[in-house]
Amino acid sequence: MSLDPQTVLAILAMAVATYLTRVAGLWLLALANVKGRTRAALDAVPPAVLMAVIAPTVFATGLAETIAAGITLLAAFRLPLLVAVAIGVASVVALRMLLG
Amino acid sequence: MSRRADFSAGAFAIAPVLAAAIPIALLFGTLSVAKGLSVAETSLMSMTVFAGALQFVAVDQWNDPVPVGLLAFTALVVNIRHVLMGASLGRSMGGFSGSHKYAAMFFLTDESWAFAEQRARKGALTPAFYFGSGVALWTVWNAASLTGALLGAGLGDPAAYGFDFAFSAVFIAILTGFWSNWRTGAVLLASGAVSALVKISLDGAWYILAGALAGIIVAAILHAENEHPEQTDGVMPS
Repeated sequence: MSLDPQTVLAILAMAVATYLTRVAGLWLLALANVKGRTRAALDAVPPAVLMAVIAPTVFATGLAETIAAGITLLAAFRLPLLVAVAIGVASVVALRMLLG
Repeated sequence: MSRRADFSAGAFAIAPVLAAAIPIALLFGTLSVAKGLSVAETSLMSMTVFAGALQFVAVDQWNDPVPVGLLAFTALVVNIRHVLMGASLGRSMGGFSGSHKYAAMFFLTDESWAFAEQRARKGALTPAFYFGSGVALWTVWNAASLTGALLGAGLGDPAAYGFDFAFSAVFIAILTGFWSNWRTGAVLLASGAVSALVKISLDGAWYILAGALAGIIVAAILHAENEHPEQTDGVMPS
């Protein structure tokens, strides 16, 4: 069991930052009534963030990743998350072998 | 309902999520160890951060030397959705004391939040129910994450098994749940295009913030006042 000080610092910094995002909603609620354009902007945060996370892999890595992402997307509309992920991973392995 | 029964009801409600969380947390443990974090460090992250999407993104970006500031900033960016979720759920926490609220927010995840909101619509959300689902998910997440880290120590390159792509596959699957209308498509287009372009041109994790901001700005621009008709009584002329 090893704990690198720099790594522990990074983990605790992430923990504090994450907790702040979790309690900030309570503070916001006490201050403001979010509606209209502000609410639309905040509603868009989850899809915008998730897309920003995956875009480089999906669009700028290779043909195998792009096709596997499409297969995962189709699977995810009809199947449970875990099954869709398993299909996506299997596709990328197969496509990488096929496409070299 | 007694406090104990309410706690069990919360844990039971989230049971399907617990089943799904086990392999995901196992995967996280193996990926984290494969990336060079120790078993203890992997467990420390699961215990204190307890945020699946962020943990995958963080491990994906782990580097030597550890980019502490960038990781903390990434935590803020990836988890900024919690602010909205907390604000929404906070309205249903009338039965919580001040300290209960602050403890409850540590357990806030997409999943436990969804079940708590559902519970609040049916009746009163009690602290026992909320902590029942939150503590159950935390326990399962940590047990499976530790198991994955212990098992994964012997695994080779995750890319050989396609595990590296599992990050993206998880987020693609989660993303499908956020579609509401054509505006979502515009948000995704802006976010995806800007993120990919920034990733190609700049080092580091800035592509997440840049892409996210592009999507959010597009959402604000495209906003129509009648999009949330239940709120029209509060719309002010502008």
